[in-house]
Amino acid sequence: MKNFSLFCFVFLSSIHYGCAQDNPPLIETPSEVNYSYETVVDGIDIPWGLAFITETDFLVTEKSGTLYRVVNGDKRAIAGVPEIYVRGQGGLLDIALHPEFSSNNIVYMTLSANTEGDKNGGNTSLYSAKLNGNSLEDAKLLYKATPNTKKGQHWGSRIVFDNEGHLYFSVGDRGNRDVNPQDISKDAGKIYRLNLDGSIPEDNPFVGKENAKEAIFSYGHRNPQGMVVHPKTGAVWEHEHGPQGGDEINIIQKGVNFGWPTITYGINYSGTPITDKTEMPNMAQPYYYWVPSIGPSGMAFSTSGVYKDWKDDLFVGSLKFEYLERLVIENDKVVKREKVLDKIGRVREVVQSPEGYLYIGVEGKGILKIIPN
Amino acid sequence: MKLFSLFYFLVVGLVATSLFQEKTKEESIIAGQEIYQDFCVQCHLTSGEGVSGVFPPLKSSDYLTDNIEKSIAGIKYGLRGQITVNDEIYDGVMVSQGLDDEEIADVMNYILNEWGNNFEKQITNQQVTNIQKSVLNK
Repeated sequence: MKNFSLFCFVFLSSIHYGCAQDNPPLIETPSEVNYSYETVVDGIDIPWGLAFITETDFLVTEKSGTLYRVVNGDKRAIAGVPEIYVRGQGGLLDIALHPEFSSNNIVYMTLSANTEGDKNGGNTSLYSAKLNGNSLEDAKLLYKATPNTKKGQHWGSRIVFDNEGHLYFSVGDRGNRDVNPQDISKDAGKIYRLNLDGSIPEDNPFVGKENAKEAIFSYGHRNPQGMVVHPKTGAVWEHEHGPQGGDEINIIQKGVNFGWPTITYGINYSGTPITDKTEMPNMAQPYYYWVPSIGPSGMAFSTSGVYKDWKDDLFVGSLKFEYLERLVIENDKVVKREKVLDKIGRVREVVQSPEGYLYIGVEGKGILKIIPN
Repeated sequence: MKLFSLFYFLVVGLVATSLFQEKTKEESIIAGQEIYQDFCVQCHLTSGEGVSGVFPPLKSSDYLTDNIEKSIAGIKYGLRGQITVNDEIYDGVMVSQGLDDEEIADVMNYILNEWGNNFEKQITNQQVTNIQKSVLNK
């Protein structure tokens, strides 16, 4: 009997080791659903970024290069968008309004660009421009990651603002994980912090450091496609695509190395290991990691209380499993994960509107509004 | 002088060949593998099996071999709407990946000759260049 127990133990253990273990809490399907949705605007293949001017007037980026202004459900293409290098996962990415947009009409965009006129591909860039009706004017290139590459992967990108006059944006590792993310003299695999005019804050962590890209705020990232400022703490929360397994939520801190690709909870798509290390000194652990990967994109806190029981919960789009994920956080830990609008499609973006509703960008569908019953 | 001319034409000829001549089918397949790993593998997966009902298979795909022109146009311009692959219906969107004509020819040659697929003819750069978006409406 003892032998049999031992056998069972060894046998079961080997099964567990054979495949990466799902990281708790496991995703749940709610038993009671108190919401439905309506399509606010359709006919947008990949609604990448969403920024509200008012509840009924918002901007949506379409990855292939069109910026739409949607007023009462009616979409118009905006003129004057900078030239975009559409390649692989790249294109027109995030859009964000200047914190004082109502007085200055300034918007920020991240997009894939080749501004050098070479034939070497492209990299992620950050622009500002003034929105005048249905056109952009006075477009300024604030940052361009280098070097250009024809790789299709990992451009990022999201834009957020803290409460101290800074802008943060992300650039993924551009498909060159062994060169870019761990090297602060190189772009890509980084979160950047700038002043709102595009200048570099003097107290950025690597200012004055030889050869460093001084706009870098944190490094060791793979492909961040979700960022949001925590409504209470003001900290910048980020999530990023891991390889197979190992998508992460991180709370961004000044000068911190988040470990990619030296440490990760994921493995190569082919099933081979990237590293046997999940932790190292001087490298931050994720706040939470997803195994299996959900393919996270877009990130928002629900602060309004318009939905029953959802106040202060975190919402993340899942490209892979095609739902919006609700994460309940208690005592600084993710304690519950739940599917919202299961099988809705690849959820690319999630934003809380001025009136407190959650809007999601769904690939092949458009922008949907979640409505409490 | 004669020797020089011969040498001159030989060099010019070689350069022109390397610049303008099509890769061999084998070279094209090798180049296509790299494109596949970079732009296609995330949805169609390493063995070209796709995801049933979500991302159509490329391995033993009747749609692919019966619709060469449409497949090229789909990669070039993006593909949307309902298609039937091996008796299963797919209704997704594949966006254009921004590949140039040569890269599209390479990746077509790769997917047509990998995972047990076998397509005798080589897809040429010119063939890709000639494909118009209107092919998708046929």
